[in-house]
Order: sequence, then structure tokens, then C-alpha cells
Amino acid sequence: MLKIKNLHASVEGNEILKGIDLDIKPGEIHAIMGPNGSGKSSLASVLAGKEEYEVTEGSIEFEGKDLLDMDPEIRAREGIFLAFQYPVEIPGVSNIGFLKTAINDIREHRQLPPLTAKEFLQRTKERQKLVDFNSKLVNRSLNEGFSGGEKKRNEIFQLAMLEPKLAILDETDSGLDIDALRIVADGVNKIQSENNAFLIITHYQRLLEYIVPDIVHVLAGGKIVKSGTKELALELEEKGYDWLKEDALNKTV
Amino acid sequence: MLAQVDTDFQEQITNTFEDLSNGVFSSEPESLQNWRKEAFSAFMDLGFPTIKNEDWKYTNVKPYLKSNFTIIPNLQEIQNGIPAKTENFFGKELSAYTVYVVNGKINFEKSNVPDTNSVRIQEISESYATDGFLSRLKCKRDYSINPFLALNNALFTQGIYIEVEKNFQLDKPIHLVHLSDLDQEYFQLAKNVVIARQGSHFELIESVENTGHNNFFRNASTEILVEPNATFNHYKLQKGSENIRMVEHTEVEQQADSQYNNYTFTFPGYQFVRNNLNLALTGSNIESHMYGLYLTGGKQLVDNHTLVDHQQPHCESNQLYKGIMMDKSRAVFNGKVYVHPIAQITNAFQQNNNILFSDNASVYSKPQLEIFADDVKCSHGSTIGQLDPEALFYLRARGISESEGRSLLVNAFAFDVAEKIENPEIRELLENEISKTMTGVEY
Repeated sequence: MLKIKNLHASVEGNEILKGIDLDIKPGEIHAIMGPNGSGKSSLASVLAGKEEYEVTEGSIEFEGKDLLDMDPEIRAREGIFLAFQYPVEIPGVSNIGFLKTAINDIREHRQLPPLTAKEFLQRTKERQKLVDFNSKLVNRSLNEGFSGGEKKRNEIFQLAMLEPKLAILDETDSGLDIDALRIVADGVNKIQSENNAFLIITHYQRLLEYIVPDIVHVLAGGKIVKSGTKELALELEEKGYDWLKEDALNKTV
Repeated sequence: MLAQVDTDFQEQITNTFEDLSNGVFSSEPESLQNWRKEAFSAFMDLGFPTIKNEDWKYTNVKPYLKSNFTIIPNLQEIQNGIPAKTENFFGKELSAYTVYVVNGKINFEKSNVPDTNSVRIQEISESYATDGFLSRLKCKRDYSINPFLALNNALFTQGIYIEVEKNFQLDKPIHLVHLSDLDQEYFQLAKNVVIARQGSHFELIESVENTGHNNFFRNASTEILVEPNATFNHYKLQKGSENIRMVEHTEVEQQADSQYNNYTFTFPGYQFVRNNLNLALTGSNIESHMYGLYLTGGKQLVDNHTLVDHQQPHCESNQLYKGIMMDKSRAVFNGKVYVHPIAQITNAFQQNNNILFSDNASVYSKPQLEIFADDVKCSHGSTIGQLDPEALFYLRARGISESEGRSLLVNAFAFDVAEKIENPEIRELLENEISKTMTGVEY
């Protein structure tokens, strides 16, 4: 589904990603862990198409198409979803109105008819329940005055509504208490299927107790320095990241 | 003295005044003739305002007067029975009592005047004998900051008088459509007088359009009296041909317990617009709301000057003006609030927020508060910023196109002005127009 080859990217001339290779297949859950500043969120931003990031080398293929050639909205319509680390508040834009526009833009791109008002309402109700998202929040302005946890839950609600093929969760767990974390993870587990894939970016192993990854990658210094099974996450929790950094350093020497 | 305008135009002004004084003006009441003379000599002293005049500092009118304007064509001949070539104007679909004012004269044949004796809609020239009309018309105004008003008072021959009777509530708005379709470069001087009698309740919409192919300058002034306990909603829908330039001067006197709401929405189109909106709150327990949205494009210049004069205690005024400047357009907001020493328990709020949508656009925002009472609540705020790129990216990352996203964000920015519009049809018209204007604009 997603094939990243030797990806190099920089911001304002500073190289942040220094050769990333990643292959994600439908039905898989990948986790990317790593210390602060290792390039985790940058990878998410590059995938979503943030303009500040300049790809200097390498390629990204999504379902056989060149992702780097697409504008952010086209990526979203093709099926990529980024759950933001810091969702923006947009007063005056209604949560539900904006979702309706987004869904129908995505459907048009896929040559599907727009949802009828009834279908949309039905989907809203159903997905709201799925991620335990307060109906009062659904009708408010986008994220305006939401608590940190509510914003993160809204991201998962949007994820459930838009039905992407590949969902990238950028530190969705940060700032969540254990109950909220469980709700978010439950939501993801319910949405997860054979046909979609998840890329979960996190600093802590905690989230991975609830969403069990197939593969765990460790990102350090802009490169994936180690990949393994879910046990790797536990190992990282115990030992920290330093041993890997040294390891990576030794390899490059 | 008039140094900045071409001498032909200066001569024309002088000649026109002399001709009119010997002609139509000579049959007007004497007090009116004297008042006109005073206005004329004030204008001759002042000339058109230059940027040295503090109130016109960012609005240089000189380029807009540089046309071969004719002040008063022989309108009687032109107007007789000739309707406007087209009736396309912004706000056409609104359900209202539509009153067509073609080249300054009401076209009753085409108009849909309310069928009641409680609402009077007539030509100014037929209104001099009407009770209270003359004293309203002749209210003393400061010409030094408004030379256009001096010129208007000296030379106007046309205009509309609207009066709504005591306790009368009109079911639909009156829509004054000022149309011009002349073949020459026309400098129009129009005067309107509106009186909302005690306890009355009505809405007035105004649109201006020029279907002629030449430059059109509209110098209009409106005198409004809102009597005790009356409510008057006043909408100015400013969107039309690029050959329109205009100065709209509006004076409002509000008496006790009255409410006046002004909504001024300006869209890309008119080359130049200067709106002066002056409110005098002469009684207690008055409420005044002024909402403005200027969405400017091209090389447009849009200037809103407001003044709220709190003369009595226990009143509330509220100004909310928002601007979005695109392309090479310029905007000016100057909002003044004056609270007299006896006007205790005054609530006066003013807010002006601007978004610059292009590197070549500009805006000048100036709040002015002069408060001489101590028991008041007054606030003002002025911001100038840009559209949040993070918010736009967020929308795009959900599949919404860049232009649609921008339109959503601008609507959101304008939302709190648009939501204040009480008339749902007008609100929808304006919200749609905002979306339409912002879709496909390069940021």
C-alpha cells in the first residue's frame, strides 16, 4: 500500500529525514517510536504533504501512485489520513459541515455519488458511538474550546467518518489520560480491518498495549535504526533509546 | 481653493450653482436657499478634501475626480419616461418593496411601493412643505471634515424622502435601488431623508448600480431621524460596476429608547467607496449597532469612517467591522466614539479585524475614543493579520481543496458579522456572496 524508499527531507535547509525505507501492506499496523527530535512527526508531515517540507531524495508510492506528486487534498482523497498531534481550532467552521464537505469531496474523487442527508446523519450517529464522541461537540465549531482530549477524540471521530486506507496517528496518545487513551485505542481497533493500514507514531509504549502493532520501527537521527515485533517496544521502554543511537552510530562508522 | 481639481470642473460647479440659484432653487423656501449659499461658500473655501485633511489622510480622492464629469445633465429631458436599460443589481432576488430610483428619480411604474398611507415614499423636491422635513434636511453639519457634504447640500436637486408613520410596522423591507444608465460621465448629487416616527419598525436596503459604460461618481447624503422607541434596520449592499465611485454620507439622530442597526457590506466592484456613518444618540436608553464587512479586490479603495456621539446616559453602541483585502486593494477604517460628560452608564464597544489576503493589499485601521464621563464601559480592538496557514492545511489534509478551504475560513472570519443580520434572506445572500468571492482566489 505504502512504499517509502530512501526518503530524504529537509526544512529550511536542515535535513531531518535521512534515508527512510518503509513498506506498509493492507491490514498492517506499524508503530514508529523514537526519541524527541528524531523526525517522527516530520515523517507524518511529509506523508500528509505539508509544504514546509522539501523532499530532496527518494520516493513515496501509495497504491502504485507517486504520492509526492499530489497536493495534500488529493492525498486525503486517495485515502491518506493524518490525525494531527496538535489539531487546530477553527472558530466559525462547523465540525459537521466541514466533515460533510470533506466526505463528499473524497467521494467525488473516487467517483461515488455524494451521501444523502440521511446517509450522512446515519454515519455520523454510528461513528460517534464507535469512538464515544459527544454529540454536542459534533455540532460545535471545529475544535473551538475543546479540551486536549476532546480534540484528539475528534481526530479519531473524523478518521472513522472519512474511512481512509492509511491512517497516520501522530502522537495521538500524548496528553491523554488512561481512560481517554483506552477510548481512542478502542476506536482504532474497531476501525482497523484487512483493507486499511495504520501508522502509529508515538513516544511511549503505553498506547501499544491497547493497539497491538505488527511491526515496530525505531526512528533516530532521521533514519529507521531498528525494526522488530511488538516486543521491541517493551525493550525500548526498559532500556530507553540511547543504546540504539550508539548502535546506529557504530553502524555508520 | 479647488486647486487639486481641474479648472473646468471648478467652473462647472460655480456655473451650476449660479444656474440653479436662478432656476429651480429660486422657488425653494428662502431658508433653504440661504442654507445652500452657506454650503456653497463652505465648499468653495474647502475644495475637495486632500490627504492633508486628517479625515482623508489615507484616502486620496483626486484620482477618482479626474474624469470629464458632468454634474447635472439636463435630467428632466433624459428621464422622461425612460426606464433603466437593465435591472441587474446586487440584491435583486430579495423580497422587498423595490423602489427604482433611475438617474435620481423614482420610477413609480416599475416600483412596488407599499400600499399603505402609513409609509410615504416621494421625491425630495415635493417634500418641502411636509412637517419636520426641512428642519431634518437642514441639520447643521461640520463641513470642514466633509467637503463632499457641503457640495451635496449646495447642489443637490434630487433625492428620496421616506417616512414611516407612528407605530407602523412594515412587513417587508423597502429596497431603494439607485440605478444610473447615462451615456456621459455623470457626477450625481443625491440627498435622502428618512424619518422613522415614534414606535415604528422597518427595514431599508440600498443598492447602487451603474449600467452606463462611463465613469459614475455618486455623492450622496442621507439624513435619518429615528424617533423615540422606533427601530430601523438599514442595509447597504455595495457591489456593482467598476466604473462606480462614491461617497455615501449618512447622519443618524436617534431619540430615546430607539434602535438603529446599520449593516454595510462592500464587495469587489466599485472602484472607490467612502462611507461616513455618524450617529448622534440624543436620548437615553438607545441601542445602536453598526456592522461592516469589506471584502475588497482589484485596485479598490474602501473607506469606512464612523462616529458614535453619546450625548445622553444609559445608551449602548456596538461597532463590528471586518475586512478582507485581496489583490492590490486598500481599505481604511476609522471609528470614533465620543462620550459626553453627562453620558454616564454608557456601553460603547468597537472592534475592527482585518485579514490581508495579498502582499500588495493594505489596510489602515484607527480607533479613536474620547471619553469624558467616568462611569462607562468602553472597549476597542483592532487587528490586522493573515489567514492561518495551519488551519488551511488542516482542511486540505481532510480532502478539502485549497480554494474551498480558503472560502470556508473567510466565511468563518466573516461569520460573526454575517450572523448579526436579522433578515435571513439578506444574510443568506451575503454569506453566499462571500463564498463566491473567495472561491478560486489566489492566496
